[in-house]
Amino acid sequence: MIKHFLNLEWKQYFRSSYWQKNLALNILLVFFALYMIGIFVFFGIFLFKILTEFYPEQDPFVVANGFIFFWILGEIGMRFFLQKLPVMSVKPLLTLPIKRSTIVNFVLGKSALSFFNFFPLFLTIPFGISLISNGYSGSVVLTWLATMFLISLIANFLNFILEAFSAERELSFLPLIILVGGLYALNYFEIISFTEIIGNGILAITENPIYLLILLVVLVALYTFNFSILRKKLFLDSSLKTKVKEVNASDLSWTKRFGDIAPFMQLDLKLIWRNKRTKSMAFLMVIGLLYGLFFYPQPMYRDMEFMWAFIGIFSTGFFLINFGQFIPAWDSGYYKMLMSQNIKYEQYLRSKFILMVMSVIIMFVLGIPYVFFGWKILIAHAAAAVYNIGVNSHVILWGGSYNRKKIDLDKKAAFNYQGTGAVQWLIGIPLMALPMALFGLLNWLINFEVAIATLIVMGVIGILLHKKLMTFITQKYLDSKYKMIAAFGKDS
Amino acid sequence: MIYTKDISKSYSGTQVLKIDELSIPKGQSFGLVGNNGAGKTTYFSLLLDLINPSTGTITSNNIVVSQSEDWKPFTSAFIDETFLIGYLTPEEYFYFIGDLRGQNKADVDKLTAKFEDFFNGEIIGKKKYLRDLSKGNQKKAGIVAALIGNPDVIILDEPFANLDPTTQIRLKQILKDLAEKQGVTVLVSSHDLMHVTDVCERIVVLEKGEVIKDLETNPTTLKELEAHFTKSAVSVSEEEE
Repeated sequence: MIKHFLNLEWKQYFRSSYWQKNLALNILLVFFALYMIGIFVFFGIFLFKILTEFYPEQDPFVVANGFIFFWILGEIGMRFFLQKLPVMSVKPLLTLPIKRSTIVNFVLGKSALSFFNFFPLFLTIPFGISLISNGYSGSVVLTWLATMFLISLIANFLNFILEAFSAERELSFLPLIILVGGLYALNYFEIISFTEIIGNGILAITENPIYLLILLVVLVALYTFNFSILRKKLFLDSSLKTKVKEVNASDLSWTKRFGDIAPFMQLDLKLIWRNKRTKSMAFLMVIGLLYGLFFYPQPMYRDMEFMWAFIGIFSTGFFLINFGQFIPAWDSGYYKMLMSQNIKYEQYLRSKFILMVMSVIIMFVLGIPYVFFGWKILIAHAAAAVYNIGVNSHVILWGGSYNRKKIDLDKKAAFNYQGTGAVQWLIGIPLMALPMALFGLLNWLINFEVAIATLIVMGVIGILLHKKLMTFITQKYLDSKYKMIAAFGKDS
Repeated sequence: MIYTKDISKSYSGTQVLKIDELSIPKGQSFGLVGNNGAGKTTYFSLLLDLINPSTGTITSNNIVVSQSEDWKPFTSAFIDETFLIGYLTPEEYFYFIGDLRGQNKADVDKLTAKFEDFFNGEIIGKKKYLRDLSKGNQKKAGIVAALIGNPDVIILDEPFANLDPTTQIRLKQILKDLAEKQGVTVLVSSHDLMHVTDVCERIVVLEKGEVIKDLETNPTTLKELEAHFTKSAVSVSEEEE
């Protein structure tokens, strides 16, 4: 039976159009993985030296174990966003003579082989070797490695439970944030010192390997829990029932003031609020807004003036970039219908344009408190906002006419590459790198005022040419109409 | 009304449709039958300018559909459920289509009120998104949406599939009324020979992309069609032997 399943998996993977079409993306992901492995191995090798350097008085092994708590939190967070429970198209199997428990065990077992579980080994094994070479006993190190591996597996199955809960809620990140944030806070305010508990726990295990059984029991318990969740879901009606939600209708009559594009604006707003992927994108806007806080509090970055333009473009244009790059793929599900309707393409595009412009203005206004870090930063953000409105909005709409990837609106946003093609990566260059380079160069060669003025002038030129640009862009969309209809009709 | 001349469509060398000449007068109820892959959907897609013809043109009301968009105001269609917007409720969807076709909410409400029977209380006021409706109910919503805005040409691909018997009978009545009383040109395709002969004044049989029969409906048409398809079934089984 397992043989059949593996066979199906293999075919599903290599025959999916996703694999065949997104070779470039796959290569990119492989490079990213190699890069991460490199970093892990590097740290694994030098961790011992680093720790001796920073904590000369303490035993590096004990110090390292003190950090395991944060490691676990980080791992759970990473997994939540990156790892998905391996899915298997189960529907065709349900009527065949296969035990349901076999299917569930296979799916769960497959997840244990996930790359994520072996990733930490690239750090722990080199570290273990350096421990042995520094005189730690082999049995202690081996027990420690086993412990770390078990912790990875525990995180693996814990993550699926979290995901199962988050899938049922509106605010999908909430369970994760509560868990990770809560544990972190408890530890930070020294109410319960998890760093010590976990550090000491691991030390205790290494001294007495019999305690490994505790971890095993936890692992088995989580597995069983996962099993029962999945087993329950393995009926068609359960997946059908949960889907039906009450409609949250809101009054959008204020869009009427936009005249002939009002129907499209209403549609776009509903699109954003009523679909998982777009909704999580909207929540991510908070991150975009707060992006500057990663940099500006540190004097080192605050003095790098060329960064201002980048942060300005990014934070005021966060929605523009994230929403804009998938125009018109957002409507891919019913694109055929739109094309057979009596619509003006220009109206359809203008609605998206106005939505993006409004988002830039709102993001800029919400970002005004950045003035706290210096009025020059605010001016840079304002210039970036004008540039976003005048240049980037048009560029991204134009890029959309090369969009040939369908989007399934019911999937989550973070690290969802569906609908991403080479165009999306390429278009990032003129959107963000160009204004940043331009600003940086002029600021360095001439002065701050000229650099700001250039961004603003470019933006204003774009705004003045809006009508002409829209005509040009509309023509581009019309030219690729048949190609888009055909591409959006295919399942990726 | 609709005039097709020398139209053909090929995908990488394989011809899927080839019609030399086909003329559909205004107010005719026109039925397209044929087995899977006969080219029914391809023809409708060409008619809606959703795909590009390899050769030839389709003219609707003297407008070449692949060159101008002026046919859109008087043409409406429901091809499949990708014509629906899943995250809207049926009402919102009707209003949206209404907006695009210059109908205000009251107009749309008046029209949908006429289809209360047809909806069987399962569409309007249910506070459900279209994506959560059953296939049959989705179809009902899509068909009614295609009637919004008094179109002159209505194109429905497989309208009877997935519908329950009661709804099928009601739909037949609606389609007949449209053609007879309101002079609307109705184009439907179907696998169900009985339904098409009931609804359509004229039936065209497609096979491998070509028109092989063009019949005025009369009491013997159903027999003739059944005989035709039985024959091809027999000839296929003979070939297999």
